[in-house]
Amino acid sequence: MTPILMFLLGLAALMVIVAGAGIFWAIRNGQFEDMEGPAQRILMDEDDPMIPRRTLRDGEK
Amino acid sequence: MSEEAACFHCGQPVPPGAEYPVNIEGKIHEMCCRGCQAVSQAIVDNGLQAYYSHRTALPSTASELIPAELSKLALYDHPEIQKSFVIEEKDAAHLKQASLILEGITCAACVWLNERHLQQLPGVKAVQVNYGNHRARISWDEREIQLSRILQEIQLLGYNAHPYNALQQEELRRKAKSRDIRRIAVTGLSAGQVMMLAVALYAGAAFGIEHTTAQLLRYVSLGLTLPVFLYTAVPFYVSAWRSIKSYRLNMDVPVTLAIMTAFAGSAWVTFRGDGVVYYDAITMFTLFLLSTRFLERNAREKSVEATENLLKLVPAMALRINAGQQEVVAVLDLAAGDLILVKPGEAVAADGEVVEGVSSVDEALLTGESRAVLKEAGAAVIAGSINLEGPLTVRVTGVGEHTVLAGIVRLLDRAVAEKPRLAQLADQVASYFTYVLLVLTLIVALAWWCVDPSRVLEIVLAVLVVTCPCALSIAAPAAFAAAGSHLLKQGILLTRGHALETLAKVTHVVFDKTGTLTYGKPLLNQILTLGETSELECLCIAASLEQASEHPLAQSFLARIGKHELHAVAEAQNFPGKGVAGVINGRRYTLGNRSMSLPLAGSAESEQDAPVGATLVWLCDEQQVLARFALRDELRPEALGLVTELKKQGFRVSMLSGDSAAAVEHFAARLGIADYRWGLHPEDKLTALKALQAEGQVVAMVGDGVNDAPVLAGADVSIAMGGGTQVARASSDIVLLSEKLPDIWRALQGGCATMSIMKQNFAWAAGYNFLALPFAALGFIPPWLAALGMSVSSLVVVLNALRLRQI
Repeated sequence: MTPILMFLLGLAALMVIVAGAGIFWAIRNGQFEDMEGPAQRILMDEDDPMIPRRTLRDGEK
Repeated sequence: MSEEAACFHCGQPVPPGAEYPVNIEGKIHEMCCRGCQAVSQAIVDNGLQAYYSHRTALPSTASELIPAELSKLALYDHPEIQKSFVIEEKDAAHLKQASLILEGITCAACVWLNERHLQQLPGVKAVQVNYGNHRARISWDEREIQLSRILQEIQLLGYNAHPYNALQQEELRRKAKSRDIRRIAVTGLSAGQVMMLAVALYAGAAFGIEHTTAQLLRYVSLGLTLPVFLYTAVPFYVSAWRSIKSYRLNMDVPVTLAIMTAFAGSAWVTFRGDGVVYYDAITMFTLFLLSTRFLERNAREKSVEATENLLKLVPAMALRINAGQQEVVAVLDLAAGDLILVKPGEAVAADGEVVEGVSSVDEALLTGESRAVLKEAGAAVIAGSINLEGPLTVRVTGVGEHTVLAGIVRLLDRAVAEKPRLAQLADQVASYFTYVLLVLTLIVALAWWCVDPSRVLEIVLAVLVVTCPCALSIAAPAAFAAAGSHLLKQGILLTRGHALETLAKVTHVVFDKTGTLTYGKPLLNQILTLGETSELECLCIAASLEQASEHPLAQSFLARIGKHELHAVAEAQNFPGKGVAGVINGRRYTLGNRSMSLPLAGSAESEQDAPVGATLVWLCDEQQVLARFALRDELRPEALGLVTELKKQGFRVSMLSGDSAAAVEHFAARLGIADYRWGLHPEDKLTALKALQAEGQVVAMVGDGVNDAPVLAGADVSIAMGGGTQVARASSDIVLLSEKLPDIWRALQGGCATMSIMKQNFAWAAGYNFLALPFAALGFIPPWLAALGMSVSSLVVVLNALRLRQI
């Protein structure tokens, strides 16, 4: 039984725990609820409508 | 103006003469109607014009907002009504939350548009639109904004929103889904690690490995398998235990046995320090079972959600007249003897007797009779029928349980309970299979106990895993899910699992007439000019007169004239039960039935050549009769093609209708249906259906009305039109969201294709199991190979089922 084997097994266990925690967090965060929407939503420019207003207020052009 | 100009908002052609411009980002765009103009203007005014550059599909044509409809929204603010769908925040009662179903979502830009716009409203705390199921969760502060205002804002954007009352149910489903994903994630993580270690152990067994290293790997595998054994596989134990308690063994019993024996045996080997461990088989097996079940459940939930989106929550409110004052009360609070006011366009809330007012009432949903019925003081009205023209004051005679409608619903409940249950057969077969399997495993175990006790565990495990009825158990669901999702995309919604199975066996198709084979509303069938005025001019005058009326006949005039420019009408008058009158260009015209029109020589004979079953309406000016219009419910254009095709394929076709003999005979002759019956009440329809079933026919029933609900529920398989009543949809196995009759034929074909795929799947799964069993029993298959074989055989079944997407 080599120390490197122990180390690697420990590392694997750590990665499993981190991955598991990540998935649990994502589930609790509701990221698995709508599987189609987010893929489409990324195409929308969220700040689009804000631009005209800001330019108006600052008095630029 | 160019003729092919398309409405910038909805893409429909802009009619000549229409001027509905909207300035979008400095450019003038033409709209086709006032509705589209209003919606587009609302979008621009709220700074949401980015919608137009992002959308990938056109919205439906916007309808103008009718004040009456807006005032109806106010009912949703009533605390009594809100009780059923609103959740209050625990620590702050003014923070409310509700789920809404959004109609009209066509692309992702719609989601964006709704979210952006609603979030700008003061008082709205959070909006989340789910693109997958077209639902929105919204929370708001009641002190700053009312729910009706939110719904109104959504309507301003051209969408339709209505509250959805199954909040708890949805919450439960959401939790179950999260739990399932969590289980799959844990199992997947653990399976990946364990399999890696298993490779090391197998390699070690082949090429030599230090004992301590092997033990270390085994203990780590044991530790990684523990979460699977103690947490993710629990649903199988629970289901198995439940099936044992009810003496109906299901497929989870051998699954549980396999997991438990494998774990106990492997743990024993690990502690003892020599032998083979099966942690990899346990985790892989569990992962595979959990994933297939998750996918299957998802497919099913998709169709459940689609069904629920059809169920609108209509406020059950009535206007009660109490000592001269009108008050809004819940229908449940009405008592016999109360006076209620039924406004035009509203449904009658309770059975009763008209005290005051004259109007026509649409009872088509209940009787199947397509013509509106005149109601005067003293006439009886039925709950659920729709008031068309004038306000009616009604004295309540029956509410709730005592209404005609409730009687039909009771009839429906009974029919549902007596529904033939073919699906249970499959469960029974599975149960027998499990018994046989368990007995076989026991025999094999005893035999090996005598031959070589050290191999018993390995052999028993191999037998249990290799014969795991996994492929067998998903043979049917996989085919159903694939066919179901494919049909759903085409607008055919399956609401009950057995529908496809039964469709393949159908020998007899029974149709309702009104609303199913026909449109269910009167269409302008014939125009007979009796004076010098041209046909188009007569039609134009008639349509102009009817503009303000809510009567279904009026709608058919307006539909026929399309977007043609109408005359301005002065002094418009409505005579409930008779017709309308008005002044156009200084001349007074009347449009109505016989009692409204001028007496005219020759009109008696012109009545004879009128189409069968048509409603006749005369247009007169002050001196003479100008034209006679015949309006009649018309066949859907695809009806003849469908009936001919069905008869050609050897199906028997019948028509059961509540309508009058003349109309039914006429349509039956045109469709070539020899077996038809008329004037039937809901219970008569059910009796006729039972008679057919007694002859050994497997009956598919197609209908849409409340009066069809019992017969739909009693049929072997039933198909409801998507535009039909809620009761009809709820009691049917298939809903045609597309409202296209040829889809019935497509559904029948889909049923046959599904059954043949299912038979192939069963043959493969059973063949594999029986072929593999002897080898496993004789000890030629190690457990890991058994698990692999089980997975591959299931995969074959799933892939075969996916072929159904091409039907």
